Amino acid sequence: MAKLIAGVTTSHVPAIGAALDNGKSGEPYWQRVFGGYDFSKKWLAETKPDVVFLVYNDHASAFSLEIIPTFALGCAESFPIADEGWGPRPVPVVKGHPDLAWHIAQSTILDEFDMTIVNKMEVDHGLTVPLSLMVGQPKEWPFKVIPLCVNVIQYPPPTGHRCYMLGKAIRKAIDSFPQDLRVVIFGTGGMSHQLQGPRAGFINSVFDNSFLDRFVTDPQSLVKIQHLEYIREAGSEGIELVMWLIARGALDDEVRQVHRFYTVPASNTAVGHLILENTR
Amino acid sequence: MAEQQPYDDIPGTQVFDAHRSREGYWLNMFCMSLMKDENRKAFKADEAKYLDQFPMSAVQRDAVLKRQWNRMLELGGNIYYTSKLGATDGLSFQNLAALMTGSTQEQYAAMMLAGGRSPQGNRSKSEWKDRG
Repeated sequence: MAKLIAGVTTSHVPAIGAALDNGKSGEPYWQRVFGGYDFSKKWLAETKPDVVFLVYNDHASAFSLEIIPTFALGCAESFPIADEGWGPRPVPVVKGHPDLAWHIAQSTILDEFDMTIVNKMEVDHGLTVPLSLMVGQPKEWPFKVIPLCVNVIQYPPPTGHRCYMLGKAIRKAIDSFPQDLRVVIFGTGGMSHQLQGPRAGFINSVFDNSFLDRFVTDPQSLVKIQHLEYIREAGSEGIELVMWLIARGALDDEVRQVHRFYTVPASNTAVGHLILENTR
Repeated sequence: MAEQQPYDDIPGTQVFDAHRSREGYWLNMFCMSLMKDENRKAFKADEAKYLDQFPMSAVQRDAVLKRQWNRMLELGGNIYYTSKLGATDGLSFQNLAALMTGSTQEQYAAMMLAGGRSPQGNRSKSEWKDRG
């Protein structure tokens, strides 16, 4: 049977990808960020997942205002890298796992989550930056990836509670997949940041650190946070943190924290990162 | 006129809700078109002519031509779309943030390195009264 081993959460700042791609990762500014992932790369290499289920958001790359799915599940064989205006990032094509992806689609829809099934989708920095942070610069990604693209751009995004419950449905689907597969779930985005308008540059490290604490031991309290509070306390783009709750919902209630990292800034954003293992 | 929302009290922030999404549809779809290199070139060659393809309002069009980044957001632009216009001009997210906050690049980068813009004094419009 497939087994969910662990969860990884991380910010997905585009400038991190640009720094890596342009050979700047050794500079002190960026070393402060990348240094927080040295342990993580070793951990992931030793954990050897077969599949990463990666929760992220598209930034007007694959989807525009023409079609705005709330939860879009990537069921394709592969996902090309999007050109975000600077040319596609020089990273390997992302290979999917259609068998497990379709199984999750069917299982979650019958569990009353109205997923959008996507068979053609380019993936942008929201998906590739977390991979780069956790793997580095390989010729091929060492696992298959199932992308779950969540709308957090058009207000309102799904609630934190809905995301958490979807995580539980995804877990149920993984647990019922007959093939032996080791699965790790990534929840990406956040932490506090605001990219737009006169309030740009907003960072709330008190909110972020409380979120990191409670994410491990008391996720139920995070599920209650309303959109208004995210925007006010974590910035208009900090609302991306609802995506972390999908990963948390999929994990066991009790988890073992094996790594935690927080730094400000990467470009406009606070970077937060956790690795949590299931204990059962 | 859009209904008043609780998040309208958050200063310096345009929440991209239904009202703004509808108002900004063509402005944002113009920005989306700049994902293609050939369109970036055509826009740069004759901005006014290129904009004729998109039925946006005269004020939206003016804000685009004048690169009024905050004004575009007030008129329904979304930062993930307007940043594509920024990229066409060679501007990063951090470059745009400096412009939208009325800072120099150095001032803005220094603020971020010092921990970013504090939540203190930046949660409610009532705290921004002095800023006019």
